[in-house]
Amino acid sequence: MIVPYSHVLILAGILFLLGAVCALARRNLIMILIGVEVMLNAAGLALIGASLKWQQLEGQIFVIFIMAVAAAEVAVGLALIVYSQRRTGTLEADRYNLLKG
Amino acid sequence: MTLYAAIFYLLGLVTVAATVLAITRSNLVHAVVYLVISFFGTAMLFYLLGAPFVALLEVIIYAGAIMVLFLFIIMMLRLEEHRQNGGALVRRWLPALVLAGVALGSLILLIIAAPGSANLLPAAAASPLEFGRALYQRHWFAVEVVSFLLLVALVGALYLGRREAETLIASPKEEP
Repeated sequence: MIVPYSHVLILAGILFLLGAVCALARRNLIMILIGVEVMLNAAGLALIGASLKWQQLEGQIFVIFIMAVAAAEVAVGLALIVYSQRRTGTLEADRYNLLKG
Repeated sequence: MTLYAAIFYLLGLVTVAATVLAITRSNLVHAVVYLVISFFGTAMLFYLLGAPFVALLEVIIYAGAIMVLFLFIIMMLRLEEHRQNGGALVRRWLPALVLAGVALGSLILLIIAAPGSANLLPAAAASPLEFGRALYQRHWFAVEVVSFLLLVALVGALYLGRREAETLIASPKEEP
């Protein structure tokens, strides 16, 4: 009725790779975290499509857990970013080149 | 092409365009605002694919709470403008784009070549009632584990984000 599941998977793959490119190419810590968020979101999209294809609710339930994990990851990640920004005064990952702060 | 299919492709286009804009901005606030548009598009896709309650949670948690948290942190930190020259830009983006392109090409080939890849999805929607029943009757233990994970994350964020009182006390001792 809507679209083939393969198109949903391709869209989720494009979004996931965009997130991966963001996490690989950007060197700002906040942008790296945003890339991880985009990747988790794309995984959720694939799971929702699978839930519709096989008519099982487990896909949607798993997306809830992904959201909870993403929220926890963002909370701890942003706290780490604030902590390292206080210690070093920068957010660029390339400038963290000291082993002993 | 039915109306649903047209809406799906339109929303997919909007989501991908907003994500591309988000990951290429140099201003972090602009990136986060484009990402909110991307998450709204994904929420509409969830609604289209028969998950209205998850779409609601996507708007509330992702586009609402998480992005506002990002905005708070960006505005709280004093960020310096970091301009990078063109050579570093190419050296940084080119390998990632090439690898992602190869991965995307092989992914599309594999998905298209799979048997039954042209079968259309049925139109169905899970009501919040049956969704909640399935969540709390069959997966209640996972819900408990996730709530504990959130508690641990809260404690960890509080521990990392506290003012460093002990270093302020300890610093006079280090002075000779």
